[in-house]
Amino acid sequence: MSWKIWSLKKSPWVFHVNTGACNNCDIEIVNLLTPKFDVERFGIKLVGSPRHADALLVTGVVTAQAAPRLREIYRQTPKPCVVFCIGACACHTGIFRGGYHVVGPVDKIIKEIDPNAIIAYVPGCPPKPEAMISGVVKALSVL
Amino acid sequence: MTETSQSLFQLLFWILVFPGFLFSACLGLIVSWIVRKVSALVQWRVGPPFLQPFYDVIKLMGKETLVPREAQRIIFMGAPLVGLAAVLLLSTMLWRITIDQTTFVGDIVVAIYLMALPSLALILGSSASASPHAAVGTGREMKLVMSYELPLVLAFIVVIIKSGGQLSLAAIAQQSPALSISGMLAFLVALLCVQAKLGFVPFDIAEAETELGSGVLMEYSGALLAVWKVTQAMMLVALPLFLVMVFLGGFDADFLSGLEKPVGTLPVGIIVLLIFLVTGLLARFSKYIDILFLLSLIAACLLAGLGKYVLIVVLFILIKNTNPRVRIDQAMKFFWFYCGIALAVAIILALVGNTYGIGWL
Repeated sequence: MSWKIWSLKKSPWVFHVNTGACNNCDIEIVNLLTPKFDVERFGIKLVGSPRHADALLVTGVVTAQAAPRLREIYRQTPKPCVVFCIGACACHTGIFRGGYHVVGPVDKIIKEIDPNAIIAYVPGCPPKPEAMISGVVKALSVL
Repeated sequence: MTETSQSLFQLLFWILVFPGFLFSACLGLIVSWIVRKVSALVQWRVGPPFLQPFYDVIKLMGKETLVPREAQRIIFMGAPLVGLAAVLLLSTMLWRITIDQTTFVGDIVVAIYLMALPSLALILGSSASASPHAAVGTGREMKLVMSYELPLVLAFIVVIIKSGGQLSLAAIAQQSPALSISGMLAFLVALLCVQAKLGFVPFDIAEAETELGSGVLMEYSGALLAVWKVTQAMMLVALPLFLVMVFLGGFDADFLSGLEKPVGTLPVGIIVLLIFLVTGLLARFSKYIDILFLLSLIAACLLAGLGKYVLIVVLFILIKNTNPRVRIDQAMKFFWFYCGIALAVAIILALVGNTYGIGWL
């Protein structure tokens, strides 16, 4: 394992991208920072700029408006980085499948610009904070 | 080996290893861990592991470094190095003065200039990054620098008056002006100014994580961001050290230099390092030993004669955790109006005290 991946596992900084979510998953993400879950124990930190991020937490179906922004944010994130699809909508567009404003699940949009992107899925509506932590741990352990 | 090459090696060793880069950066990263850990404990969280700041820096070194297309490449990439060089010079200078009294007349002025350089480099770098968020951050940082530089210099003038016009740090560090009324006023103001210089919470207006998305540092990534992180960590060592020397009478220099030169500081350093290692290894096994580790770290600092430094860092953390962020106009009003008045009073008191020979004024 190279030192880059090793250190990435030790301090994954995450950036939160909302691509048209109902705010439910977003609340659960913020929940991760509270004293009950406190992901800073694992070095996970919520940062304000995609250029500082190692992981993108994407919530929501990708709407037609949000798709170009998501692509731009993915390009701005320094590689190596991981994309997490948080919630049913982000994983497979959930109950909005076939909607006129939906241009596809997150992985489709990301793979259009980078076929080799590392994508992890945390389903749920919304996923529990425990599920998110477990998803992050699983994704990092297969890197 | 000739005399000159030997002294060159000595100089390089000073700058790169012992009081300079390696030592200050490691100490700064450890102190930034203490800041994060204590903040976490205040909020009833567990907080990051001991080596977290080191992991962060190593990770950033390994990441891709992106430079925005519209950015001024040379300034954007040069600014972090300027900031790092300034703070490196500052901390080397201050430690050399502490350890073996290497001083010259006017080094307090040089130190004040070196302290201003990292902020100026930050302004340069972020304004070269061609990002609207960074531009807002730059404006705020400029206003903040303009607000706190004046009170900071005035506070040092109080000290210079108190010491009877001394301009060398080693001479100023012989006395502790904070034990008088004017010196105490100046110390409190300088403490808040340094809080703003470090970008800690009531004055983290330029970084403003929540509304500007880390503002001035927004466009930095990878190795350049790592350089900024190391610079900030080293400021966490150099600036409190400067405050200790100017206001609190310096460290217990006897304890450091009383041991045999030039290896005098080595035994102390080794003892401190051993305490770190043993408690650090123990800290892997239990949640509570983590807190024990924090306490033993502080105890080690006290043992090494760094008690005054610990005091100042604790004050920073307390102010950081008990205050919300102020707006930029509030910060300006606070520094110019309230701190200005306090310092005018302090200067008058110091002059009166000097003229009539009253020490406590």
